[in-house]
Order: sequence, then structure tokens, then C-alpha cells
Amino acid sequence: MRTVAVVGASLAGLSAARSLRRQGYDGRLVVIGDETHRPYDRPPLSKEFLAGTIGEADLVLETDDEDLQAEWLLGARASGLDRDRRAVRLADGSELRADGIVIATGAAARTLPGAEGLCGVHTLRTLDDARALRDELARGGRLVVIGGGFIGAEVASTAYALGLDVTVIEAAPTPLAGPLGETMGAIVSALHADHGVRLLCGVGVKGLSGERQVDAVLLEDGRSVPADIVVVGVGARPCVEWLEGSGVALDNGVKCGADGRTSLAGVVAVGDCANWYDPRAGTHRRVEHWTGARERPDAAVATLLAGGAVEPGVPRPPYFWSDQYGVKIQFAGHAAGADSVTVEEGAADDRNVLAVYRRAGQPVAVLGMNQPRLFTRWRKQLGAPR
Amino acid sequence: MIPVCRLADLPRGEAFRLDIDPPVSVFHTDDGEVFAIDDTCTHQDASLADGWLEGCEVECPLHASKFDLRTGAVDAPPAKLPVRTHEVVVEDGMIYVQVSTDAPNLPPCIASRLAGGPA
Repeated sequence: MRTVAVVGASLAGLSAARSLRRQGYDGRLVVIGDETHRPYDRPPLSKEFLAGTIGEADLVLETDDEDLQAEWLLGARASGLDRDRRAVRLADGSELRADGIVIATGAAARTLPGAEGLCGVHTLRTLDDARALRDELARGGRLVVIGGGFIGAEVASTAYALGLDVTVIEAAPTPLAGPLGETMGAIVSALHADHGVRLLCGVGVKGLSGERQVDAVLLEDGRSVPADIVVVGVGARPCVEWLEGSGVALDNGVKCGADGRTSLAGVVAVGDCANWYDPRAGTHRRVEHWTGARERPDAAVATLLAGGAVEPGVPRPPYFWSDQYGVKIQFAGHAAGADSVTVEEGAADDRNVLAVYRRAGQPVAVLGMNQPRLFTRWRKQLGAPR
Repeated sequence: MIPVCRLADLPRGEAFRLDIDPPVSVFHTDDGEVFAIDDTCTHQDASLADGWLEGCEVECPLHASKFDLRTGAVDAPPAKLPVRTHEVVVEDGMIYVQVSTDAPNLPPCIASRLAGGPA
């Protein structure tokens, strides 16, 4: 293999580039990124960076003395993949031929139809998004967050700490019920009310009102919630449009085996855009967690370099964290499919709790609120071979 | 030298946090070795004594950067800087730590707090 192209220059792409060098690949390495920035860390964008307690230099993922001997094509968007020429086409019309391709194009924030061009309406995914939102939050006012998921909740928490008047609107009856289940979703999202942040659940958003600048969020039940700033946090979609017709099988992102292989030889996919087969669950799961973007490229790169001849290991259970209102929230495993949730330590009312999800008596997931020590032990146990 | 605890009171696979400023954690590995490093992850305010000890490495309980107990080196992001290591002496069954005189690599949130306090 003489040239490897890594398409995507965020955590998954950087981790893939590092894995390639660590696993002995010494050929030409080209990293293509649609943003103009070097790889940076996204989790702080809704937390410390948005709050202004850390700056852009703190987000940089590469270390000072790191040199991957890579060519960086930044501000370059991939627009196609030509399987016959083994080439990545770029939006400027150029192409890059490569023997091996790592797809790491991530996901993009979903938007609200009709919000285009209205001032004061934000999504939060990129550094540029975060800069714009940070500057606007600094002016204060009434913030309405559409979507009570993790991004929405973290923005609400940060804005509350900055002194804004905050309302969160969630279409489902319970926020976070998907990732955490109904019971714990209700407990975690109760953090909003604990801090005087309004949470409106079970009501959809009909649209936004305002001439040039947003002035309210209109709800489907007829209510109107006044707003100076709106953050739309309604999830992300995998960035795989550029692969349509390429022969890379797509199904909720790039459909991958348990080792990151795609339907094309010499092409692997990692990170938020990749829908890996999960041998524990017996199904494909597209995981948007930071830890997946960091850990899985090792396996995918091994697959790429070995031409698919390696036996995939069983990955650690998916793990993510969130910081809201000073509470450290940690979750590992899969809540879906659990038939019970028990509080093993602490008390939900104190927002200090370790809860274990079980199916047929076997632990399948664990949630911690301000319980890093116990959480780590349970997470270790979940990942142990059974 | 700062006394930590009795070796017999720190089982293998466990850690003890010494509440000095900045805190230091002392690990007793599964192989029976004892190491001391700064307790605070260099990325964010997390206690490495709460972390995941495996061999001579501890994984931060929050964001999965791993630190080598022997050298303090970090393997991968989000942390980028090493933690300090401290000399450990076990005498008459008691663990002592000689705290390093190097400057610690504290995370930005802690460093800014300490900047206002005594050196």
C-alpha cells in the first residue's frame, strides 16, 4: 500500500492517521478535512469552551511534538469516491488516488426547516458554530433550546451558568429516554428544573417566528415561547452523501463489519459516519461517541493494512459522558433491551447515583451521576469477557 | 517525605489519594509495585485514583486517557501532557511519598484557580 487517504480530519480521522503510523504504515498519508481547522476536540464546545473557561488552543488534539508525516488537505470537501480509479474526488474538481481509504467524514447537525437565514438561530457541531454561539450567549437574553438531548442539555447548563434565561423544549415525553431509558432519562433531565431552567416535554415545534431576527419558538400546541437566541439540538445525520453511487454500501451511515470493513475492499470507515456491526448486540449500531471515534480506528486500520485478514476483537461497551450543572454524567453499554434498572449506590433525588441496567439478571449498561469511581468499576465489569 | 498509609491497608489493584495540594495518588499494582503520580488528570479535573488500573497504567475515569505510572507519560487524547511521578519509599510497612519539585501539569480549570492562590 503506497498511498492511504483519510477522509475526515476530526478525532476519528486523526486517530486513524495515528494508528496507521503506529501499526507500521510508512507510505504516503493524506488527511482530507472539510473544515479549515487542524483536528480539535468537540466535547468542550458545548461546555468549557462555550462558557469561556478554555480557549481554542486548549482544543487542539495534536501534541506539540507530534509529526505524523501526513499531508493535510484542509478546507477540502470530498465529493465522491471512484471505486474503479480508486480515487477520492474533491469539491474543487481535483482527485486523489489512494490504495487505501479511511472514511471518517463524521456527522452534521440536523437543522430545523425554515430556520435558514434567521439571525439568532444556531446549531452546535463545529468550532465555528461554537464561536458564533459563544459570542451571542455573552450578550445574554432569553435562550430557547430545541431538543433535550445531551447537546441541548449541555448548552442549557452552560447558558444557565452564564446567567441567561433558559427554556428547553423536547418533543418526546421524557428527554434522553433513548440513550438512558425512561426512568433514568427523567432523573437526569430533572437537573434542568433543579436549576430553574424550564423544561417543556411532549410538545413539538411548529416553527420559528421573527422577521430577520428570531423572536419566538412556536409550539404545536399553540404556545409561543419568546426567544432572543435559539439552539437547535435535534441530533446529527451521518455525512455520507458523497458516497452515494460509489459502491460503498450505505445504511444509516456507512455499513461496516465488526472490524470497520465496508463493502469495498481497501475501504474502511470509522467515527460518527460508520455503522459498525456490534457482535455483543448482534446488530449494526452507529455510535456517535467520542470514545468510539478514538478507539475503533485501531481495529479499522489493522483491517485495512491486513487486507481484511484479521479477526475482529469484541469492542469495549460504548461509553459516553456529559457534564451538566456541575454533575458528571457517565454511561456505558446499551440501555435498550434492559428489563430492569436498579440504583446500586447513592440516591436519585440527590443527583448522586450509580444505576445498573440488567437484562435477565445480566448487567448490560451502567449510569453514574457524580460517581466516577464506582462507575469505572462497573464499566470494567461490563467490558469483561463473559 | 509524606506518610501515606500502611502497605497492608492498600490492597493490590487499589489506589489511595493523598489530599495535599495538588493531590497525589498512590497505586498498588496487581504485580505488587507501588507508584505515586499526580492525582489530577492533565486534561480536566478528574481524580486518577478513581481510574481504571491495568498493569502499570491508569485510565482516567472520565475521558479515557491512560497514564504510565512509571513515567507519567500519557498515551492518547484528550490529555496531552504527562503527570508528575513521585518517589515512593516503603519502610516498616509504611508507604511514604517524596513529592516532586517539578511544576505540575494541571488542567486549565485548576491551573487558573491555583494561579490566584499561594505558590
